[in-house]
Amino acid sequence: MGELKLMKGNEAVAEAAIRAGCDGYFGYPITPQSEVMEYLMAEKPFERTGMVVLQAESEVAAINMLYGGAGTGKMVMTSSSSPGISLMQEGISYMAGAELPALIVNIVRGGPGLGTIQPSQADYFQAVKGGGHGDYKLLVLAPASVQEMCDHVKLGFDKAYQYRTPVMILSDGAIGQMMEKVVLFDQIPRRTDEEVIAQCPWASNGRPQTRNHNIITSLDLDPAGQERVNLKLQAKYKLMEQHEVLYEEIQCEDAEYLFVAFGLSARICQKAIDLARAKGIKVGLFRPITLFPFPVTEVSNVGNRVKGILVVEMNAGQMIEDVKLSVGCKVKIEHFGRFGGIIPSPDEVVRALEQKIIGG
Amino acid sequence: MIMEDTFAKTEIHKPENIVYKKTDLMVDRPLSYCPGCGHGTAHRMLMEVIEEMNIQDKTIGVSPVGCSVLAYDFLNIDMLGAAHGRAPALATAIKRMWPNHFVFTYQGDGDLAAIGTAETIHACNRGENITIIFINNGIYGMTGGQMAPTTLPGMRSSTSPYGRDVATMGHPLKITELVAHLPGVYYVTRQAVHTPNHVRKTKKALRKAFELQKENKGLSFIEIVSNCNSGWKMTPVQSNKWMEDNMFPFYQLGDIKVDGKLVEKKEIAGKE
Ligand SMILES: Cc1ncc(C[n+]2csc(CCOP(=O)(O)OP(=O)(O)O)c2C)c(N)n1
Repeated sequence: MGELKLMKGNEAVAEAAIRAGCDGYFGYPITPQSEVMEYLMAEKPFERTGMVVLQAESEVAAINMLYGGAGTGKMVMTSSSSPGISLMQEGISYMAGAELPALIVNIVRGGPGLGTIQPSQADYFQAVKGGGHGDYKLLVLAPASVQEMCDHVKLGFDKAYQYRTPVMILSDGAIGQMMEKVVLFDQIPRRTDEEVIAQCPWASNGRPQTRNHNIITSLDLDPAGQERVNLKLQAKYKLMEQHEVLYEEIQCEDAEYLFVAFGLSARICQKAIDLARAKGIKVGLFRPITLFPFPVTEVSNVGNRVKGILVVEMNAGQMIEDVKLSVGCKVKIEHFGRFGGIIPSPDEVVRALEQKIIGG
Repeated sequence: MIMEDTFAKTEIHKPENIVYKKTDLMVDRPLSYCPGCGHGTAHRMLMEVIEEMNIQDKTIGVSPVGCSVLAYDFLNIDMLGAAHGRAPALATAIKRMWPNHFVFTYQGDGDLAAIGTAETIHACNRGENITIIFINNGIYGMTGGQMAPTTLPGMRSSTSPYGRDVATMGHPLKITELVAHLPGVYYVTRQAVHTPNHVRKTKKALRKAFELQKENKGLSFIEIVSNCNSGWKMTPVQSNKWMEDNMFPFYQLGDIKVDGKLVEKKEIAGKE
């Protein structure tokens, strides 16, 4: 077993990045995720593993530093919170178009605008449906614990390289800030330059005599060429849908009702299940772990066995659209949300279940 | 006749008979630039320097968004195409993670001095050990001749059709002088590529910049004042004359910072 530690979610992300063999972190301070870079700067991974940590002049610069680093094959990441992630969207779109692997962590806070520094899940659409311009998707992971914050960093890097795609961890201010026990995986050595070159024959890191020059770009002025690029991306997303779906079912076997929730909301629903079951309401929880690819078949299988579904989100109703598309219209599906940085209590979740689904 | 022609060609191609040859680091394909434009010459000087230093396997270039967006199709080295204005951010990360490689950006004035001002200033201020090549043609060439941050007062463009009115449109930005004041910047010069003499000087400046990069001296910034005959709506010859008469007095050619020290103003004036 790895090292056991008590850590904040943000710190777990930072430590996991070092241990995953990350080559470079580029970021800009914003609450509630600033601990990621603070931890890295204090921990000096440049001495531990040789990892570069750089405070950029803006999120725009940070995401383009990722583009540059990833385009040479290096393992790079950034983290930010909602307004900063909005600023990054052009760069993320470029990276999706140029098929560059990288990890982007969004510790979501309430919006719109400057909003609040309190936790929220209101960036679901932005993360899952593309976010920037053009037809692209990110592989999106939604951790619900500090342990998953750590594990998803490694998983995210693995998938980023497997599919040559940017991967996003969509978390929130509560999971970023809360402290929990976490089992840290052992240090994975950073790849040598030679290993990077061998692993990424597509990367622009200096042309040897033995090959043509590599070009990293998202531009193809010929519409036929650009359509081919799009078809290639879509084929890649299809593969992800077939192979990368992750989810968790909690007390679904005998469930008559179902919560569907991700991240922090799923944690609250777990408590709500206990409260509801104490009252004799048989309710379970379906928790998507990958938000793209969405567990379409899996949530449909469980959802079509129950009498009603309550989708619980810290937003005005975003994932519910995917739940409805997956489950269809035979089962009653309602949404319960708090927004603007308010975390719903398990009691209100149970009340919403009773009012909107059982009584409604 | 055909036999004779073939013979003549092979004769000329003999190594001992070759007096001039395009560098192999320029890809064999027609440039996409307008006839008369300076980009092609700047590309070639850059590649000749890389070839003469024999560093092509260790050089990574970043192209901008602008007329030179397709520079990566012409330069036979590994390249990345940046988003508009962000080349210095890419170059920063690349150099940090490949410190023994040579890294350059190649950018237009809109790219470097308008949308990418923050990335330019901060890469310079961090003293990134890279080379920035800045093509200043005083206009947005690629998008059809709109006003650039470097458009001269009174100069017409499609978005300043009555001439740049500095009262409402602001003054042309001498970003090169601006970055020269930053301590992280080691070498700053302003050159041109419209005459053989200027081409030679530009090549020397490029060579110096890459030699300095080898020595980890800090950032080198090379501005090349260039024409845009299409955007300026002139013939190539007229545009070069116009550039000499109007651009050069405002954007004075010569070294601005050498060995980390600002060159005295009068020296700049005396240079050209
Ligand atoms: C975010 C963004 N805004 C605007 C554009 C449109 N655009 C493309 S090139 C360009 C101007 C380029 O001018 P300059 O940098 O001076 O280079 P030149 O074409 O003159 O060589 C603009 C505005 C873009 N591609 N991306």
